[in-house]
Amino acid sequence: MTSQNEPATAALDAIRANYSLTDEQRQIVDHVDRVSREVLYPLQARMDAEEWWPDDLFKQMGELGLLGITAPEDLGGSGQNEFTQALVSEVISKWNPAVGLSHGAHDNLCLNNLLRNGSEEQVKKYVPGLCSGELVGALGLTEPGAGSDALGSMATTARRDGDDYIINGSKIYITNGPIADVVLLYAKTDKSKGAKGISAFIIETDNPGFKVAQKLDKMGFRGSPTGELVFEDCRVPASAMLGAENSGVSVVMSGLDLERAMVASVCVGMADRALELGLEYAKIREQFGKPISSFQMMQSKLAEIYTEVETARSFSYRALAACVGLPKGAGGRGEIHKLTAAACLYAGEAFNKAVTEACHIHGGSGYMQDTEINRLFRANKLLEIGAGTSEVRKIIIAEELLRA
Amino acid sequence: MNKQLRNDIDLPTHFMTDEQQALADQAGKFFFSEFHHLNAEMDDTDDLPASVFPKLGEMGYLGLNVPPEFGGAGLDFTSACIITEQLSRSSAAIGLTHVAHDNLCVNNIYRNANDDLRRKYLPGLCNGTLIGALGLTEPGAGSDALGSMRTTAKKDGDDYILNGAKIYITNGPIADLVLVYAKTSPEKGAKGISAFIVETDTPGFKVAQKLNKMGFRGSPTGELVFEDCRVPAKNMVGKLDGGVAVTMSGLDLERAIVCFNALGIAQRALDISIDYAKTRQQFGKPIASFQMVQAMLADMYTRIEAARSLSLKTVAMCEGLEEGEGGRGEIHKLTAAAIFKAAEVTSFVLDKAVQIHGGSGYMRDTEVNRLYRTGRVLEVGAGTQEVRKLIISGELLKN
Repeated sequence: MTSQNEPATAALDAIRANYSLTDEQRQIVDHVDRVSREVLYPLQARMDAEEWWPDDLFKQMGELGLLGITAPEDLGGSGQNEFTQALVSEVISKWNPAVGLSHGAHDNLCLNNLLRNGSEEQVKKYVPGLCSGELVGALGLTEPGAGSDALGSMATTARRDGDDYIINGSKIYITNGPIADVVLLYAKTDKSKGAKGISAFIIETDNPGFKVAQKLDKMGFRGSPTGELVFEDCRVPASAMLGAENSGVSVVMSGLDLERAMVASVCVGMADRALELGLEYAKIREQFGKPISSFQMMQSKLAEIYTEVETARSFSYRALAACVGLPKGAGGRGEIHKLTAAACLYAGEAFNKAVTEACHIHGGSGYMQDTEINRLFRANKLLEIGAGTSEVRKIIIAEELLRA
Repeated sequence: MNKQLRNDIDLPTHFMTDEQQALADQAGKFFFSEFHHLNAEMDDTDDLPASVFPKLGEMGYLGLNVPPEFGGAGLDFTSACIITEQLSRSSAAIGLTHVAHDNLCVNNIYRNANDDLRRKYLPGLCNGTLIGALGLTEPGAGSDALGSMRTTAKKDGDDYILNGAKIYITNGPIADLVLVYAKTSPEKGAKGISAFIVETDTPGFKVAQKLNKMGFRGSPTGELVFEDCRVPAKNMVGKLDGGVAVTMSGLDLERAIVCFNALGIAQRALDISIDYAKTRQQFGKPIASFQMVQAMLADMYTRIEAARSLSLKTVAMCEGLEEGEGGRGEIHKLTAAAIFKAAEVTSFVLDKAVQIHGGSGYMRDTEVNRLYRTGRVLEVGAGTQEVRKLIISGELLKN
C-alpha cells in the first residue's frame, strides 16, 4: 500500500525501525553473534558439567567489546542505549545462557545502574574497569528472607558511623557474587521508613567485612557463579553511597523495569536457539522411514515455537524501545512499569513453552543432561522466577490496570 | 540509535504515531457513539441496520486503503488496521462486515483490478452505496480452498458462465457485488483459478440461504449459488488463471488486518472485565482485590499486548507489499503467525472475561457473552489455526 501522506510514511518507517534493527545495531549483533559462537559457545559443556567459570572470561569479553555497552566511549564503553544492550544480551544468551546471565548482571544490573545513578566520581572510578573486564560487577538485592517482598522484608542495614556506614546482613542468589569485585548493594539506612528507608551502596569485595558465605549449586545456567554474600560490620565510606540517602527505592524500581525488559531479551535469545535446535533435529531425525518433520504433530510444535519466539521478540523490542531514554529515576510506575512487567512475563512463559516443545521434539536424547537442548530446558525455570517471579509481574500489571 | 524516534511516537501506550493515535481516538469515539448501542438488537435479529454502510461511507471509513481519486480515504495499511480495531471494539459484528467489505473485497479490487473496473466500482464501494463481499470458501472447499474448488467459469463469447456454490460468505446476503474465485482451467488445479466481480442482480446469482451463526450476529453470512450466471469477461480481476496470486497475497493482508478485529474484541473484553472486577463486590470487597482475579486481568493484558506487538510489527512489514506479492516467504509466515497468536489470545481473553463475570457472563444478552460467542470463529476463518501452522512450518522447513 502506498501512503498518500508523506509524514505518515516517515513515522511508519520509524515504527518499522523499532521492530527491525538499525545498520549500526545490525553490525553490533553480527559481531556479537560471531564472537559468541566462536568463543562462548564451546565453553558451554564444561561450564555446565563443573559449574565452572573461566578465570579470564570477563577480561576476554572486555577485549571483544561485549562489556559497557551503555557506557560512554571515553570511559571504555560502546556508547549504545539499553535497546542495543538487550540485543547483545539476546545474542550472548543464545550461544551461552550462563555467560548471558553473568553478562547481564554485570553490564545492566551493576554497570548500567551505576551509570544511571552514580556520581561523576563513582562513574569515573568504577566504569572503566567494569568496561575492560578488570572489574566484575554484581547487584545485591534479594535476601534469604526477602524474595518477592524484596523491599519490605529487607533486613540488611547500613548504620551511619562518623564518615562511614557499617553494613550488616546477607544477600542470596547473587549472580557473579562469588567472583565480583564490585557489588551494588541495597541496605536499609532508616528502618522506620520501610521501603522508603533504603539506600544503595557500591561495595568493593576486598573489604574485610565482606564474605562469600557459599557458592550455590544451580540446576541450570551452570557456570554462571551464584552466591550468598555476608556483610559483618562491613565499613564503607559515605562516598560509597549511590544516589541520595533513603532514595534506594527509586534506583531499584527503575532499574528493575530495565532489568525485566532485558530478561525478556535473554528469553528471546534462548527461545530462538531452542527453535533452531528443534528444527534441525526434526529435519535430521528419521522414524517410520522419514524425517519426523514430515509429521503434522511435529510441524504443529515447530509452528507454535516460531510464533512464540516472534511474539516474544516483538513484545520485548516494543518494551525496550519504550525504555530508551527513560529519565533517571523514572519507571517503577505507570505504563512503562506495566509494559516491561508484561513483556517479561510473556517472554518467560513463551520461552518455557518453546523450550519444552523443542526438548520434546528431541525425544529421549533431550532428556540427557549433556545435550544443548537439555541445558536450555534446565535454564528455563529461572526466567519465571528471577527479576520478579511471574506472580510479582502479574501483581505489578494488575495494580496498574486497576489504578485508574 | 533513533533518538529522534521517541518524540514521534507514543511508545509506552500503543507504539503508534501521534497521528495514528489521534485517528484511533477519533474513530473510537465515533464508532462507540454510533454503533455500540446497536449490538443487542443485531445479536437478537441477526440483521445489519441499513444505516451502517452509509454512515461509514459518510465519515470516510470505507475504502480505507483506496486513493482519493477512486473515492477512498488513502490511508496506509497500519491506519486501516487501527481503525479496524476501534470498530471491532465498539461492535464486533460491524467490524467483521466492514473488514469483509473493505479489505477482502474493496482492497483486493483496488490492488488487482484494471482502471476501468476500479473506476466503475470503487466510488460506490467507498461511499457506502455498494456493499462488497468475497467468495472463496465452498461447501467442499474449506482449508483446501484452492485444490478442492468446484465453482467453474466457462468462456462463452465475451462472457464467462459461472456455476457452483460459495458458503460462509460474510455480507453475502446483502452484497451488491461479490469478488468470486472460480476455476477457469480446472485441469490446472490451483493454477487455473481466476477472480471475477459479480453483480448480485445478475440472473443466475442467488442467495441460497442466510446462515444462523452463534456469534458476530448482525453481520449477515450466506450461501451463494451461481447457476449459469453470465458475467462479462471484462469483469475478470487480474489475469486469466492468475487468481491464485490474488488470493494468496490477499489472504496475507486479510490475516494481518483480521488480527485487529481480534484485538478489538479482546481489548473490549478486558476493558469491561476491569470495570466489572472493580464494581462487583463479594466477601465485602470488590473482586478486583482478590489475587486470583488480578492474575486473570494481568494475563489478559499481557497476552493482548504480546499479540498487539506481533500484529503491529506484521502490518508494518505488510506496508508497501506489491500487488501479487505475498503468499510465500517471510511475510506469509509472519502474517500466519500473527493471526494464529491473535486468535489464540482472543479465545483465552474471552474465556477469562466470562470467568470474571461469573454467572452473568453466561447470559446471552450480556456484552461479554456476545463477545465470547465471537471468539471461536477467529480460530477458524481466514485459514484455521491448523492451516496457519501448516503455512508456518512449511516456510520453516523450506530450506
